[in-house]
Amino acid sequence: MKTTLAALKKGQKAIITDLNIDAVPLKLLEMGCLPGNTVELLQVAPMGDPIYINVNESHVAIRLETAREIDVEFIPNSL
Amino acid sequence: MAAHNILNIKIALIGNPNTGKTSVFNHLTGLNQQVGNYPGITVERKTGSCKLPNGTKGTVMDLPGTYSLNASSMDENVVIELLLNKNDKDYPDVAVVVTDVENLKRNLLLFTQIKDLELPTILVINMSDRMEKKGIALDIPYLEKLLKTRIALVSSRKGTGIDTIKELIVNYGALPTEPCLNASGIDNEYFNGLRNAFPNQLLYKLWLVITQDVNFGQLERKEIERNSSFAKSKAELKRMQQKETIKRYQFINDVLKTGQTIDNAKANDIRAKLDRVLTHKVFGYVIFLGILMLIFQSIFSWSSIPMDFIDESFAALASYTDTHLPPGKLTDLISQGIIPGIGGVVIFIPQIAFLFLFISILEESGYMSRVVFLMDKIMKRFGLSGKSVVPLISGTACAIPAIMSARNIENWRERLITILVTPFTTCSARLPVYTILISLIIPEKMVLGIFNLQGLTLMLLYLLGFGGALLSAWILNKILKLKHKSFFVAEMPNYKLPLFKNVGLNVLEKTKAFVAGAGKIILALSVIIWFLGSHGPGEAFSNATKIVSHQPENKTLPENELNDKITAYQLENSYIGIMGKSIEPVIRPLGYDWKIGVAIVSSFAAREVFVGTLATIYNIGSSGEDEATIKQRMDNEVDPITGKKIFNFATGASLLLFYAFAMQCISTLAITKKETNSWKWPMIQLIGMSGFAYVVSLITYQFLK
Repeated sequence: MKTTLAALKKGQKAIITDLNIDAVPLKLLEMGCLPGNTVELLQVAPMGDPIYINVNESHVAIRLETAREIDVEFIPNSL
Repeated sequence: MAAHNILNIKIALIGNPNTGKTSVFNHLTGLNQQVGNYPGITVERKTGSCKLPNGTKGTVMDLPGTYSLNASSMDENVVIELLLNKNDKDYPDVAVVVTDVENLKRNLLLFTQIKDLELPTILVINMSDRMEKKGIALDIPYLEKLLKTRIALVSSRKGTGIDTIKELIVNYGALPTEPCLNASGIDNEYFNGLRNAFPNQLLYKLWLVITQDVNFGQLERKEIERNSSFAKSKAELKRMQQKETIKRYQFINDVLKTGQTIDNAKANDIRAKLDRVLTHKVFGYVIFLGILMLIFQSIFSWSSIPMDFIDESFAALASYTDTHLPPGKLTDLISQGIIPGIGGVVIFIPQIAFLFLFISILEESGYMSRVVFLMDKIMKRFGLSGKSVVPLISGTACAIPAIMSARNIENWRERLITILVTPFTTCSARLPVYTILISLIIPEKMVLGIFNLQGLTLMLLYLLGFGGALLSAWILNKILKLKHKSFFVAEMPNYKLPLFKNVGLNVLEKTKAFVAGAGKIILALSVIIWFLGSHGPGEAFSNATKIVSHQPENKTLPENELNDKITAYQLENSYIGIMGKSIEPVIRPLGYDWKIGVAIVSSFAAREVFVGTLATIYNIGSSGEDEATIKQRMDNEVDPITGKKIFNFATGASLLLFYAFAMQCISTLAITKKETNSWKWPMIQLIGMSGFAYVVSLITYQFLK
């Protein structure tokens, strides 16, 4: 199912399919947040934002507004 | 001997944040480190000397941590500007790129970029002691071949592999310098054109000049863009940078597929378990609050013992020099100007050391990043970022490094607000002022059995500082009309037990820098104030003895009271007395006399000068009782008109609030100017904070008196 990174549930994995290059900081790309890579949602901050992900073995926290710019495809049964 | 025989090899230490780069630096240089500081106080670029095999010497530069050569912060600019400018006197002979074995894939991105600069490069793979536990195996010869480098497998925790780095450095001439991949393949046509237009320049260097906004000496961006075929829009450039990044990762993935094997069954670690607790919606905040309480407890409770000792020792030393040196101007200068001045600096050391100790442990352990994660949503409401927590907490030590630590906030608007409000947090320079005023106006008693009333007051002042910062951030967030995209990327490093050596060195270096920086100002001002206080214009000063003793009401006084009157009269007519008297009308409504006025004016250079200034003024103004500490002298001060104590509750409270809010630190203003590149923002800080302080103190005094 196609959706954005912001819709991921805790512990769920997905594959990045596309991203809005103008809204995603280069630094995140350099950490390996690139199309084709697997991303896992590790933690959600107490008030729902930001989220804490593992992408390309980089452990990084981003805000939901950035996560919404990253399209992903869920990996079934990854929860 | 031939001049080209290099006896001192210049080594640049480069790496991502959290790779243990500084530990490697500490191992290479031991204690032979020099910290290049900003004019104010703090760290920018660290260098150290290093003994290499065969009697060769090396100079190691510890460059700021960076994720890539695409600079997104001022710290990263430092790295790029150095590496792109061959004429820089610090241009390295050899680059040492430090990586973390657990994050090799990501860390290699920077390495491939450094390789493109065609510099002799050594790859250090750090934290190798964790490989077994994590099930990681590396094929070093294969990696060396494909990455076109030599590798040193190092554990900075265990201290292994350092000799390998040194061996490789000495033989840097044998290191391959060609790039390990051809990044220009992302747009052959564009890069071929570039190559033909600038045949004498390194292609990757040209590309960096085009994509970055930094100075590179002779090679200027304009020069390249004059040839319009190379000019591209920002969006186009970013797309190309994305392609470049993908290309680099493809290469790295291919290399690691064969060069690295990971046994995933072993890869599970305590990170997830600790994260679950430390970022928990209840426990997370409880733990954070607990840690903050512990820090404040240590500042005012544990450090009070060494501080009292220092205070008394300096008072004793001053009276000793006064009685044992031959009387005269020089002795006066030493015992009334220099010794109290130095004492005012030294007394800081315990508190500063404790603060830097805690902050450095929090950062080293990886916990600080969890706080950033935990606080982002809350801070965002005030126009700040989760990352603003680091400056706001470090601000309790000193606003200058704190403002500099705001550099890794990606969003300019959030960063600017952070810079502007950080000086509200209670820095250690305010502590001596608070400590002495609290001990004068708040009785030392316990409330509810366990809380020390003086301690509670101090805690309240800290909260007031944070409150002031948040409130002004909220106001600035409403006023500032800056549109900026909200970027927030915070790396969550693995938890590590802080290394004693790293923490110790960090505390030592920061404390030393602070004492040296603040010390110079305080010492100079003490001497100036002593001079202005013991000299004066005209008859009133030079003939004080005659004038006072001839006044009819003084004729019958006993000798020591007469002497007190004479010194007081002299002080009032000294240069400093005249200065103080002239500002008295402005500060009288706040409850301050002219002596406090002088202390406030002199503490516009730095707050901590307040206590030293009063010490100097009261020292000059007293003829007897030499053993008294600063506090006793202040407590004894009496208003000559009303006969009441000068430091009564209303004046004390008004002064406390004035120091809580006023902007009284030239170094902070200078760093704000530097970081914002404009005089507008430091001026807003100065006027806004000091104006607010004046109004609050005015209301407080008028209400309480």
